[in-house]
Amino acid sequence: MPFLEVQDLKVHFPVRGGIFNRKLRSIKAVDGIRLAIEQGQTYGLVGESGSGKTTTGRAIIGLNPITSGTVLFEGKPILGGGVRSRPGFRRDIQMIFQDPYSSLNPKKRVLDIVAEPLRNFEKLSAQEERRRVQQLLEQVGLSPETIHKYPHEFSGGQRQRIGIARAIALKPKLIIADEPVSALDVSVQAQVLNFLKDIQKQLKLTYLFISHDLGIIRHMCDHIGIMYKGRYVEQGTTADIFENPQHIYTKRLITAIPDMDPSKRERLIKFREAVKAEYEQAYEQYFDEEGLAYPLRPVSKTHLAALPEKG
Amino acid sequence: MNEELLRIENLTTSFRILDDYYAAVDDVSLTVRKNEILAIVGESGSGKSALAFSIMGLHTRARIEGSIFYKGQDIAALPPSKLNKLRGNELGMIFQDPLSALNPLMVVGSQIEEVILLHHPKVSAKERKRKVIDLLTKVGIPRPEHTYELFPHELSGGMRQRIVIAIAIANEPKLLIADEPTTALDVTIQLQILELIRRLKNDSEAGVVLITHDLGVVAEMADRVAVMYAGQIVEIADIYTLLSDARHPYTRSLLQSIPSAGSAKSRLHVIQGIVPSLQNLPRQGCRFRTRIPWIDESAHEEQPGMHEIAPGHFVRCTCYKSFRFPDQKEGGARHAIS
Repeated sequence: MPFLEVQDLKVHFPVRGGIFNRKLRSIKAVDGIRLAIEQGQTYGLVGESGSGKTTTGRAIIGLNPITSGTVLFEGKPILGGGVRSRPGFRRDIQMIFQDPYSSLNPKKRVLDIVAEPLRNFEKLSAQEERRRVQQLLEQVGLSPETIHKYPHEFSGGQRQRIGIARAIALKPKLIIADEPVSALDVSVQAQVLNFLKDIQKQLKLTYLFISHDLGIIRHMCDHIGIMYKGRYVEQGTTADIFENPQHIYTKRLITAIPDMDPSKRERLIKFREAVKAEYEQAYEQYFDEEGLAYPLRPVSKTHLAALPEKG
Repeated sequence: MNEELLRIENLTTSFRILDDYYAAVDDVSLTVRKNEILAIVGESGSGKSALAFSIMGLHTRARIEGSIFYKGQDIAALPPSKLNKLRGNELGMIFQDPLSALNPLMVVGSQIEEVILLHHPKVSAKERKRKVIDLLTKVGIPRPEHTYELFPHELSGGMRQRIVIAIAIANEPKLLIADEPTTALDVTIQLQILELIRRLKNDSEAGVVLITHDLGVVAEMADRVAVMYAGQIVEIADIYTLLSDARHPYTRSLLQSIPSAGSAKSRLHVIQGIVPSLQNLPRQGCRFRTRIPWIDESAHEEQPGMHEIAPGHFVRCTCYKSFRFPDQKEGGARHAIS
């Protein structure tokens, strides 16, 4: 039984207009996503902007209403399938947001920011609460004396760690991390990525890691799903995706990753041209009339790709 | 080939904060040749964008010292009226954020036309429009006649960036300054924009200053690289040397901190401490020394200068000689939390 299972998740946003503000059509931001994550693993959700990866993450935690589908957490449905909300699942699933500058309330002190989830779910005395917050700050590598400071007094990496302290305050089991390092400098990025790996081991966390950066995804994830226009084009282990990509879209994404070896430039330019030509030529074969991906079919035990039907 | 286009000598750009001036760009010297891409790499606050703005004379309230020679003429000393003849004409700039670089109330075609009109007033309206359509085609915009009539908000981020590039290259500049041209773009779009810049350089033999924080972009594009830290250049080398034989502790640390295919799953290197703010920069001695406290103080120079350790390979300070990563000594990764 998978730890987190998402079945046929759909999130459609209505487009309203006309005289009575009727629903004209809907935007299918997420259009039938299935995924399963085992405990302690990191699952990467990759896609370009507008592919629906963030909406998927937000829908799983309940920040976007889902149109249809079910989300099962530890085998029990938490969203969809007639279930409104299982009390307590909000404790077990937490989120780390993309932008550490806008996800922390500038008017609140660190103490109040990190204590907020504790205040919602646990009845602690002021003293206990303070001690817990100080412990959490130490855990994320910040000095416990900083509890009375405000977010603007911290650097980007430190802010992101405050966000992480808040996310782990209730000892969650699953963390949804939405582009947790894309607003950070390279060296700070390294710090946060290392740290996420450390607390994963310490707290036996499971991650749903959302990113557009394939280098980071490769570094962090065990399994990967690649999204395009609300659907999966390919899903598999990190090795499946990077070493044996099947879908033309995945191939194109992977060849677009900058290469650190300048002596390969000429060869790479030619290779990319070839992949681009193949992409343009085979586009109609790999996508349906609306430009959407076909249903996934198995390539191997772990590897699925949205390949067209043969013949 | 090898013709020098831009020579910057001892450029210092300072901003006034309260009653003092603080140097965001501190004593920077570099050259850019024709048909060459010089990448300037650094993290936020390193002064790389302030340097680009200084070259273009776009700072309004900064104190600028030193010289910027473009084809032998010191453009830092030019009055705005003369500088305006060069800017947008021989000097082109691609800005980081296309949404704030474009006028939201003007269709994009007219914005490109404006730069042509400004520098070539004799070109007829018909000819101008034809040139704009050509430019739109050149930067890879499908249906250029249609796009000409669109406002910036009607275009996607990648398309807007192409418009900014079209403006920058409208008058076939000899020197192109690209300030983070692909930040915030998806990988496939990034690749297209980079290919476009590379093609433009090859076609017109222009010199390009490419400012970025992304070492992957540098590895793909640059001929030579200057690494900036806290307002100073700490290392300059050709791209092959920089990636295979970097010497300055900062360059080496940066290269270790990016997840790469080779070192998958291992720990990334973390640079200790944080980048000091403009007001708290150490004015004396090596600026990187607080980030590598395990290196003996005597390894640093009192007044760190640039040392040419191989032809064309310059490194600041002498601390590179005794630098090693902490885990090389202690055998085992260390990091911020204990």
